[in-house]
Formats: sequence, C-alpha cells, structure tokens
Amino acid sequence: MESLLHQVLSGLATGGIYASMALALVMIYQATHHINFAQGEMAMASTYLAWSLIDAGLPYWLAFVLTVALSFVAGVAIERIVLRPVMNAPVLSVIIVFIGLLVIFNSLAGWIFTYTIKTFPTPFSSEPLLGGLISTHEVGAMAVTLTVLALLYLFFRYTPLGLAMRAAAQNPVSSRLCGIRVGWMLALGWGLAAAIGAVAGMMIAPIVFLDPNMMSGVLLYAFAGALIGGIDNPVGAVVGGFIVGVLENLAGAYVIGTELKLSFALIVIVGVLVVKPSGLFGRVLVSRV
Amino acid sequence: MMTRRLILTAALLGTFAAGPAAAQTPGVTATEIKIGQTQPYSGPASSYGTIGKVETAYFKMINDQGGINGRKINLISLDDGYSPPKTVEQIRRLVEQDQVLLIFQSLGTPPNSAIHKYMNAKKVPQLFVATGATKWGDPQHFPWTMGWQPSYQTEAHIYAKYLLQTKPDAKIGILYQNDDYGKDYVKGLKDGLGDKAAKMIVSEVSYEVTDPTIDSQIVTLKGSGADVFFNVTIPKFAAQAIRKAYDIDWHPLHILNNVSNSIGGVLEPAGLDKSVGLLSAQYFKDPADPIYAQEQGMKDWVAFMKKYYPDGNLADAFNVYGYLVAQTMAQVFKQCGNDLSRENVMRQAASLNMSLPLLFDGIKITTSKTDFHPIKQMRLEKFDGKRWVPFGEAVTG
Amino acid sequence: MANTTISRSAPAALATAPWRIVVGVLLFAGAIALPFGISDYQAFQVTLALSYAIAVLGLNMLTGFSGQISLGHGAFYAIGAYTTAILMDRYDWPYWATLPVAGADCLIVGFLFGLPALRLEGLYLALATLALAVATPQLLKANALEDWTGGVQGITILKPDPPAFLPIDADRWLYFFTLAVAALMFLLAWNILRGRIGRALRAIRDHGLAAEAMGINLSTYKAWVFGVSAMFTGVAGALSAIAVQFVGPDSFDVFLSIRLLTGMVVGGLGSISGAIWGALFIEYVPNIADQISKAAPWAIYGIFLIGFMYAMPTGVAGGLRLLARRLIGRRPPSNG
Repeated sequence: MESLLHQVLSGLATGGIYASMALALVMIYQATHHINFAQGEMAMASTYLAWSLIDAGLPYWLAFVLTVALSFVAGVAIERIVLRPVMNAPVLSVIIVFIGLLVIFNSLAGWIFTYTIKTFPTPFSSEPLLGGLISTHEVGAMAVTLTVLALLYLFFRYTPLGLAMRAAAQNPVSSRLCGIRVGWMLALGWGLAAAIGAVAGMMIAPIVFLDPNMMSGVLLYAFAGALIGGIDNPVGAVVGGFIVGVLENLAGAYVIGTELKLSFALIVIVGVLVVKPSGLFGRVLVSRV
Repeated sequence: MMTRRLILTAALLGTFAAGPAAAQTPGVTATEIKIGQTQPYSGPASSYGTIGKVETAYFKMINDQGGINGRKINLISLDDGYSPPKTVEQIRRLVEQDQVLLIFQSLGTPPNSAIHKYMNAKKVPQLFVATGATKWGDPQHFPWTMGWQPSYQTEAHIYAKYLLQTKPDAKIGILYQNDDYGKDYVKGLKDGLGDKAAKMIVSEVSYEVTDPTIDSQIVTLKGSGADVFFNVTIPKFAAQAIRKAYDIDWHPLHILNNVSNSIGGVLEPAGLDKSVGLLSAQYFKDPADPIYAQEQGMKDWVAFMKKYYPDGNLADAFNVYGYLVAQTMAQVFKQCGNDLSRENVMRQAASLNMSLPLLFDGIKITTSKTDFHPIKQMRLEKFDGKRWVPFGEAVTG
Repeated sequence: MANTTISRSAPAALATAPWRIVVGVLLFAGAIALPFGISDYQAFQVTLALSYAIAVLGLNMLTGFSGQISLGHGAFYAIGAYTTAILMDRYDWPYWATLPVAGADCLIVGFLFGLPALRLEGLYLALATLALAVATPQLLKANALEDWTGGVQGITILKPDPPAFLPIDADRWLYFFTLAVAALMFLLAWNILRGRIGRALRAIRDHGLAAEAMGINLSTYKAWVFGVSAMFTGVAGALSAIAVQFVGPDSFDVFLSIRLLTGMVVGGLGSISGAIWGALFIEYVPNIADQISKAAPWAIYGIFLIGFMYAMPTGVAGGLRLLARRLIGRRPPSNG
C-alpha cells in the first residue's frame, strides 16, 4: 500500500511537470487557436537564459523575474515578427513554422550550451518530505503551477484585457469591429504563454536536470494532458496533466510494466478521447448548419 | 642522350608506379589521410556528440604538429541523428563519394548494425566502433569491423562475479534503458550470474530515452525489496536515479554502468554526497578526479582541451574517451608507415600492443588476428565522495 | 446570334497546353537516364527520395485531400518496412513479392485505425496519430514480439540482385524498380483522386456536414481513405527497407512522422506533384543545411522551413501553380 501511495505521489509530481506545460499550451491555444509545438523548446531556452543569469552571479529571484519578463518580450516578438507573415496561411503551414522554431531553438541551445546536463537551483529546499515520498521542490512546483493557473483564471475571467483576448481568439472579425487590436491580442497571448513556459521550465529543470532535450518528452504528455482535460479549459489542462502523470506511473508499476507503459498510457488517453471527444472537462461544441 | 632517355623512362615508370598505388589506397594522398565517421550531433543521443568533436580537435592538434609521417589527417564527421537509415546514407556518401580510407568511431549500435554488412562487403575498415556491443569483435565473420572499449557484457560479467563473491544472497533490481545498450548489459549480468540469475534478480524495469523522469521506476525498485541496484542508464537518468534513490531513503549497493560514471557529468549534478558508495568499473582516468590532476598525461589533456576544444567540458569523461580512441587511431597510422592500404590498416589495427597515459596503469590496448577487442580489462572502483577509488586487480569479464 | 467567345481560363489552358506533354516526355527521359549520370550513392539517395514521395503522397491523400490530420504516418512506414524485412529475412521471399503484402497489411491496419478515429477531429486526431507514432518504436522493441521484429537489434536484409539479363548494378536496378513502383502508385492516386472519390474527399475536407447532407457516407469514406493512405505509406516503407537493407526501432521514431508531415506541407497540400517536391525537401535539405553550418545545421534547416512557408504557404506545388497562372494568364483569350 505504501508503494501505491508512493507511485501516486510520484505520478502527481511528474504530472505537475506535464500540467505546467499543458497550461502554456492551453494559453497559446486560447489566444491563437493554434497548438504551438515549439512551446517546450521555448521553455527550455528560457530556462537556459535563467541558468546563464544565475551562473553570471545574479541571485535566484532576480534571475527568475528577469527571465519571465524577457521570455514575455520574446514571445511577443516571435508572434509579431515570425508569425506575422503566415498569419493567413493554412493551419498546417503555421504548424510547420512552429516545427521550424522548435528545431531552431533546440539546435541553438545545443550549440551554445552543449549537451552536458546542468543543475538548476530550486527556490524551495530539495529536502524530501513525508519520509521521502515527495520532495519539497516538487510540492513547491505544483503550488506554483496552481498559482499560475489561478492567476490566469482571474485574468481571463475578470479583467477587460483577458476578455478582449478571448474575444480576439474566438471571433477576430467581430472583435476588430469592437475596437480590439486583434494583432496585439495575439502577440500578448504569445507573450503570456512564453512567460508561463519559462516558469514551467524553471520548475521542471531542478527535477530532470537541464539539457537541450529536456522538454522533448514532456511536450507529448503535456499535449495529451491538455487534450484529455479539454483544450479550451485551463483547469482541465492542469487536471489532465496530473491525470496523465499518475496514469503513466500506475500503468508502468502495476498494469503493463515499464516496457510498454508509454504505449498503454497513450492508448488509454486516445480511448478516453474517442468516448469523450472534447476531453473530460471540455465544452462540447455543437455546430449548427 | 642516353641519360636523358633513362631519366625520362624512369620518371614515366615512376608515375605509373604511383598511379595504381594511389588507386588502391582511397582517401590517401602524399599529404593527407581522409577518414570519416557518423555521430549523433542531433536527436535524442546528442549528448554523445562531444565525442566526435573532441576527436576532430585531436586530429587538428596532430596536424598542427606536422601530421603522421608527413600526412595530415582529415576527419569528416557527419551527423546521423542516431537514425540508421541516415547512417547508411552518410556512410555510403563517405565511402563512395568522399572516398575515405576508413570509418572511424561511428557511434551507436543500431547505426553500426545498419552498416555492418555493407562495410565488410565493401572491405572498408569499420574501426574502433563507438559502442560497447559485444558483436564487434568477430574477426572470423566480420574481418573489417573492430570495437575499442570493453564490451557491455564484459563489464556486466565483472559485476556479476563481484556479486557472486561478495553478496551471493543479493536481491538485485535493474533499471535499464530500453534499447540495445540497456539490454546488452542486462544480458551480460544474467549470463554472469548463471543459474542464480533468476533467483537473484527480483525486479527489472526499463525506461525510454524520451521519458522526462525515472522516479516511478526507482519507487518500484525500492518496493521490490532489492538491496543491489544495477543502474544501466545514460548520464541524465543516472543522475536522476542517484538523487532519487537517496531522497526516498533507499540505500542499496548501487552499481553504476561505465557509460555514466563521470564525476563531472553525472555525480556532481546528482550530488557528490548522495553518490557515496557507488560501485562501477572503469579503464581510464576521470578528468574530474583530483588525484590525477598533477599527472603529465592529464595535464597534456587539459592543455589540449583548452587550446583545441575550448567549448568542451573539462569534467566530462566522454572527452577523455574520445581523446584515447583518437590516440589509438594515430598509433595505427604510425604503425602503417607509408602503406596505408585498407588491408594494412586492418593488419596494424590487429597488431596493437600499447598503453596510454590516461588509461589505468596496467590496462593495455592489445589486439591480434583472433582478438578484435582492444580493451578487455577493467577495474572495479568505489566512490568515496570525492573520487573513484579503484580496488582489486584489473580483470577481464 | 452574337458571336460568343469563351475565353479559355488559365487552368484549362494549362491542362491541354502542348508544352505539358513535352515536359512530361522530358521528365520521363530524364528519370530513365538519371541513374547513369550519377554515382551509386546518389542513385541510392534518389531511390530513398522516391520512397519518401510515395509516403508523402499517401499522407497527402489523408490530410491534404480529405482533411484528416495525421502526425503518425511513420507508423505505417514502419509496418511496411518490417513486413518486407521479416518476409525477406525469415521466409526468404523475393523482394518484389513483399510489396503487395506490405501494402495489404497497412491497408488493414490503417482502416482499423481509421474507424475509431472517425470520432476525433483536428487536434484530437492529431494527438491520437501522434500517440501511434510514439508507440511504434516501443512496440517494435517489445520482448513479446522480439522473435518477429528482432527487437532492439533490428533485421538486416540483403540488397536484391538485378535480373541477370540486365547489365546494370544493384543500386541502379533498385532505382528503376522503385521508380516503376512510384509511377504505378502515383498513377493509382491520380486515378482515385480525380474521379468521384476525389471529389467526395474534397467535399468532406471542405465541409463535412454539407457533404453528408449531400449523401456522402462520411464514415465509409474517411475510414477507407485512412486505409488507402496507410497502404501507400506502407509500400513506401517497404521500398525504403529494401534500399537501406536494415530495419530497427530507431529507424522509425516520431521524427519520421514529423518529417513526412513537413514534406507534405512544403510540397503542397492537396497536390499530387507536391509529394515529389516534399520528398526532395526532406531528403536533400538536411544535407544542404549540414554543409552550410556544421555547428547548428538543424537551425539552418528550421530557417529553411520557415522560409519556405513564408515564400510558399501553399507549398511548392501551390507556389508553382501561382507562378504559372501569373505567366500564362497574360496570354490573351483565344476566340471561339
């Protein structure tokens, strides 16, 4: 029984990683109706930025804040500069641009920082809690994710800017008629997503160690988590991330063994989606002819 | 008149002699030796890419010192992303288009498996393959392929012997990467334990290189009651495993595979204090081990790194590994003299008897016509919080 | 009655222009002559490019023509490749006989995958297919299937010998063989897509609800096109296995599926000729990028990708069509 609890907690810790990236994905999706495949690599790049700042001598929190701010600016810049020319292109062409970004970030990070793993400090202690079932950092990271989630929720629900962003994503034409600068709303969405990604990266790196390929595995799980929770629902995305983490751990430990647990977890997720195509907490869209 | 004709005839004959000789030695001219390799500079295995870089840097240093027998060594290193079809494509380009003399230290078992038959069919040396798979030392069936490092199974046999001698009632939990590298080690351990394997191994869990963490696997291993942990993971996951085991208060006899026992690359990130008591096997000197810092061989290596590969990590053992293999290759060329035909290269590679300053004392590189495993010995070592302390004799698995 | 002149629109002009035949003949002649002017290794590269072209064509049928996104076609490529490898290595089948089997089992698997996928749209289908791509290497390594798949070691097969009566070497023979199969597959695709089925697929892609209202049975079409698309990609995988002479789990990772997707978009969605452009891109651009920068070649590749999308968002085929329209549209309309 202790082992089961341990696996569940470990799954929640890993799920926290997926949840934080899923949040960034949902953020981008809500703002732009695109899934940014480069999100993971952008988060990784932000984390390297933070690492460089800390390595240069800056205290952790200063580096943290600077990184989040710079990532926000970078996100806005990418939307305005890189994505502008393909604004009206077909969806898949935009996805190719994302893939291009992914590859560029990954390659540059490898070139500049090499592939040797680096440690990344944690603002929380790394002492184990509960007799080793989970570490303080992992709990702290989950708390940070939930805080970001709460802030996002409040932002979208209760601020005029958040409302404007949602409107711009859902109905750009009508939004323009209302005076909303749709282009800048998209850019803002990207900036926020990049900032969330930066926070996620800085929470993840102490657990998995920092290297250019840090996020490649995480993105798939985050994507799965976001979808299983419902892509238009930030709360759903976070819950989805946790579910994926626990599911994967339990599948590996008790059901099918580690050799096939990835396949198994994915089959379960796809199965859930077949039964509930909008995800567990997503809104079912009824299109009228 | 007669002399003029004689000289002319001699000159003509001379060019004829040089002509066919050049045709038999592709990749070789009077001033250059061209060799090729594929390395994973991109993709999930890219952490190994530093090996290709340090080797390229080494040959640059050799060239700056005048080359070998007056010839500079041109190493063409291509990226295959650890993808076998890409490896086939790049190797064919190197052999057929760039006309290299040989393929040196191509990395990875699947990539090398994909070109294994091709290289032997084309009779091109596939030298010092950068993987520990056991199958590279088979001169009878594959006379053109040779490995370099002690094979994974050899290393696992050494661990098995040690366990049978010192902990015959051990309960072993294994964490392995789900690919040829991981499975090769596991097979080696099981073979080494013989009949007792089934009883001693209580848990076997795997992971994929794309998994973010292996925390769940460590939890499972602890739950299985294992008191020996055979850790077959690459550096990133090895560091995670060391730290996680410590954090969940699990303190087995932790056997760490040779690929991931770099102090700078693995133990420091994991936490030196958490790595006390680790057991591994090794055949060369760790650059982050303070006891070797004053040795001339290590000083030379550091100077080389600083001048020719300044971006390289001075604490990463991979950079010593690549340096050692490159030195071996240089020795083969020296032994070849002016006969750089592929046959002679293989002949010289199969007649090595050398020691290198960065190998452990007593461990030598030896090959023969029937022995295509250049390094066969390793020493067990234990980590004391600061350095790896070797104990016992150098043994063969 | 007034003389009504019907000006020929540009596309119609394109379709029947005599230069089209000339171009076709030149291409044909070029394709036959090509392997004799290049080295063995380059012939091997072109053979690989041809197999990618068939794979991208298959993916295009599904995504470009029928609107169902797939991030997992690498899985079908793998199934086709392994089918060929297992039949050739374990059962000594001749290489050409393995192709129909590879196609057939991918057809079945694709159809079976397409059935539950009917319920998924857009992103969700993308995830499901991505899951397939990620699961494939794991399944190929599974202990339970090791006797068949060779597990992590993979399977090595021998290059087929050219028929005795032809005085060419193995690489060139393989090129012609692959070329012939490619021509066949492209003809098949063109046939399927230009008729009733093609129209139905495009209707499904552009407005599924309306298509259904018009009497097109969505489920049947969508599942079948999944199967057919998988079949094409499976045949491509089989051809590549014969050319590379090796199959292993690492040969079919998720990046393969991403590459096929890239090839399809860069070549041109919903375009048959686009498959060829896309295949050329995925085969040759990484090499070009490697020559431009040794330090970060994939960054260069990424820049190429983004550049292509800026310049030709509808793919190379789309870009060429636009170019042709601009050039030919200038011709004055002919009088009836």
